[in-house]
Amino acid sequence: MRINADTDRCIGAGMCVLTAPDVFDQSEDDGTVLVLEPEPPEARRAAVRRAVQVCPSGALSLS
Amino acid sequence: MTKALSDPVPLPLARDTPFDPPSELRLWRGEGPLRPMIFGDGHVGWLATRHSTVRTVLADPRFSTRIEVMHPPIGQRLSQQTLTKLPGFFLREDPPVHTRFRRLLTGQFTVRRMRDLEPRIEKIASDRLDAMEKAGSPADLVEMFALPIPSLVICELLGVPYADHHRFQKDSATLLNLDSSVEQVREALSDLMGYLRELVAAKRRDPGDDLISGLVATGQLDDEEITGASVLLLVAGHETTANMLALGTYALLDNPEQLAALRRDPSLVDSAVEELLRYLTIVHIGPVRTATEDVELEGRVIKAGQAVTLSISAANRDPERFEAPDDLDITRQATGHLAFGHGIHQCLGQQLARIEMRIGYPALLRRFPGLRLAIPPQEVEMRSNMAIYGVHRLPVAW
Repeated sequence: MRINADTDRCIGAGMCVLTAPDVFDQSEDDGTVLVLEPEPPEARRAAVRRAVQVCPSGALSLS
Repeated sequence: MTKALSDPVPLPLARDTPFDPPSELRLWRGEGPLRPMIFGDGHVGWLATRHSTVRTVLADPRFSTRIEVMHPPIGQRLSQQTLTKLPGFFLREDPPVHTRFRRLLTGQFTVRRMRDLEPRIEKIASDRLDAMEKAGSPADLVEMFALPIPSLVICELLGVPYADHHRFQKDSATLLNLDSSVEQVREALSDLMGYLRELVAAKRRDPGDDLISGLVATGQLDDEEITGASVLLLVAGHETTANMLALGTYALLDNPEQLAALRRDPSLVDSAVEELLRYLTIVHIGPVRTATEDVELEGRVIKAGQAVTLSISAANRDPERFEAPDDLDITRQATGHLAFGHGIHQCLGQQLARIEMRIGYPALLRRFPGLRLAIPPQEVEMRSNMAIYGVHRLPVAW
């Protein structure tokens, strides 16, 4: 699993950080997504899938 | 039946019970995903009631939120109000105008920044509870607790003096009252704009460590834009959480087994907050989007220029998305609810709202183990006539 984040689409709602705090963070400048673990371990993948699903702007995808 | 389904209906507001959306919405959601709807200005558009449909439209860039193409779901008054275009009301803008404002603000509302506010919010909540306890039982929870907490917090965040709260709370209530006349709305808006315009000018001369001063310092917005954005943040920042705190408390008191579960296990608070957001969905009218081109949706064609009312209160009770949706169950996984909207306009202040509720409900319950309604439930006055649903007053005893 690899996480792709489109910071141009991101609106900084923070849903990913709330859902998978070990994998996502937000930029201090504009609040857009920072991916801490682009290839998350198995234990965190379920939370990552939920984060992708609840992202309001469609900025996150998996490959 | 077919004829009935194609007849345009007005958006229902009257409720049979305090916590459930109007029963027509439930009926119509079962009948189909879209229904022709007659808007407040006579426009014939659509009403969407299912979770997947509402979510799809909110994420679709072919639907606009701009005032210029907007139709009010109810009431002539709103059409007059929405026709007034104000700089800085980025909620009513599409990209790229919306993007410019949102980008300047999102950094101020990150999960981490909001968590940094926790100690301060805890202190504010504790001070309000002290005042409430001192005033004695019974007390109005709205006046003593639910309204002052988010009001104080948003004032500190924006750099608005709380001493002026009577003025902006009154204006804000007039703006959200669906029974206000066009004249009353214009007056309230102009008073609020005037108040914040002066404040923005003062911060330009003498900046502080607050959000409005921060917006001034970016040099990317003019004073009218900052004033408009500040009106939006001030109104949205206190009315919404205030109503969630009061209505949520009422809902917990009305569901004693849920209240007992939360008292027994305070670690349930995070999921309780999400569930209360879903179950209560205080944004009970809309939102509304307008198609900018012909869009095929659920087997229908939404014509360019046609508006769609997206009933998030109906969507959050959709049995296709949530099991036993009409039950309040604070242990359920309610994530994915649409109470903060969806798409690029999803609530900017949602992480602040969450933290205020995660602090507010437990603090209230800890302080008053015997908290109860001080009047019969049928006497609680519901805010059916306000753009944000809730209770006007909630007399409680302890």
